[in-house]
Amino acid sequence: MTPDVSTIWGWLDQVPDPEIPVISVVDLGIVRDVTWQDDTLEVAVTPTYSGCPATSVIAMDIETALYDRGVTNVRIKTQIAPPWTTDWLSDKGRAKLADYGIAPPSPAGGPDACPRCGGAHLTRISQFGSTPCKAHWRCDDCLEPFDYFKCI
Amino acid sequence: MADQTALFEYLLRLGDNTLVLGHRVSEWCGHAPVLEEDIALANTALDLIGQTQMWLGLAGEVEGAGRSADDLAMLRDVWDFRNLLLVEQPNGDFGQTLMRQCLFDAFHFELLTELTRASDDRIAAIAAKTLKEVTYHLDRSSETVIGLGDGTEESHRRMQAALDLLWPYVGEMFTPDAVDDAMKAAGIAPDLTALRSRFDIRINETLIEATLTKPDSNFAQSGGKTGFRHTEHLGHMLTQMQWLQRAYPGATW
Repeated sequence: MTPDVSTIWGWLDQVPDPEIPVISVVDLGIVRDVTWQDDTLEVAVTPTYSGCPATSVIAMDIETALYDRGVTNVRIKTQIAPPWTTDWLSDKGRAKLADYGIAPPSPAGGPDACPRCGGAHLTRISQFGSTPCKAHWRCDDCLEPFDYFKCI
Repeated sequence: MADQTALFEYLLRLGDNTLVLGHRVSEWCGHAPVLEEDIALANTALDLIGQTQMWLGLAGEVEGAGRSADDLAMLRDVWDFRNLLLVEQPNGDFGQTLMRQCLFDAFHFELLTELTRASDDRIAAIAAKTLKEVTYHLDRSSETVIGLGDGTEESHRRMQAALDLLWPYVGEMFTPDAVDDAMKAAGIAPDLTALRSRFDIRINETLIEATLTKPDSNFAQSGGKTGFRHTEHLGHMLTQMQWLQRAYPGATW
């Protein structure tokens, strides 16, 4: 059984990121390519940060999602070039991040507004937040801390 | 085509630097003075350990003896490690840890920038990826050195003591040997003298802003990257890092 590639992309768009379950591995730009090599489905995956503990979980989740839909001949190919960048985050993904309370990456190098109250008076506490991909900021209006998804 | 033995040695150096430093930094997990700093240290350690997987993974491939990144990291003893002496130094206080980080980051940043142009695509790819993370490491460590150096009387005193203690380990980063020469000839690694100039510019700027005095001596400790003479600290560190893999060979989760 060889479902077409666009169907498979749709399935992978339903695989959530383990750490931020409101966005998918496709939103994050982690899945780079989906191709049939004879009867093996090859999924090219790019790791985000080198030490991201979710990387192997994501590979497993992708395999499981495909097995559950009857595609059992799967090969996950790890691709480190070109290196993952937040530029690959989909617009849909950015909106979902903001909704969830994580300020999405911005070329300004910092968040535009507090994801809770919309305030613009923001202080960076640390470039390293709850995970390697996030920085720790505080809103000086509502005084709540929040995560900012760093540009890389 | 590069001499494969020299290439293997060079990749071990890159991977052992990140492995040993990553482990050292991870020793702070749960013990840092402030929660946000604890998290920052843990995140830095994670990045470094992830980078180790790539460098040692490639080393194993080049060696062609079937050793994985895990095998190389967990089953070699002190004399087979190829990290710089700087990174195996104990953490000391928080200031000393960040001073060690800053000195290494300034070197690492310049080195990786050059390695993105390596004639070997695999090395260029790893360098391009790791450089992005190391840019954030350097940002943070230099900011912290400045903040603590130009801080209180106590923080300034501790940072100066850390700089005086660690400065003798800087020279080894830029002293070329046969492996470095072979890599340079192969178009993989940069000229270390040129790298030193860029490092000096960067570090001088940071130390001046930190109101710290750069030590006057050019003496350079050596023996780490060749494996000829590690300090007494590495063996003790490996007893913590490797005991499980050594006590239960082949153990898996």
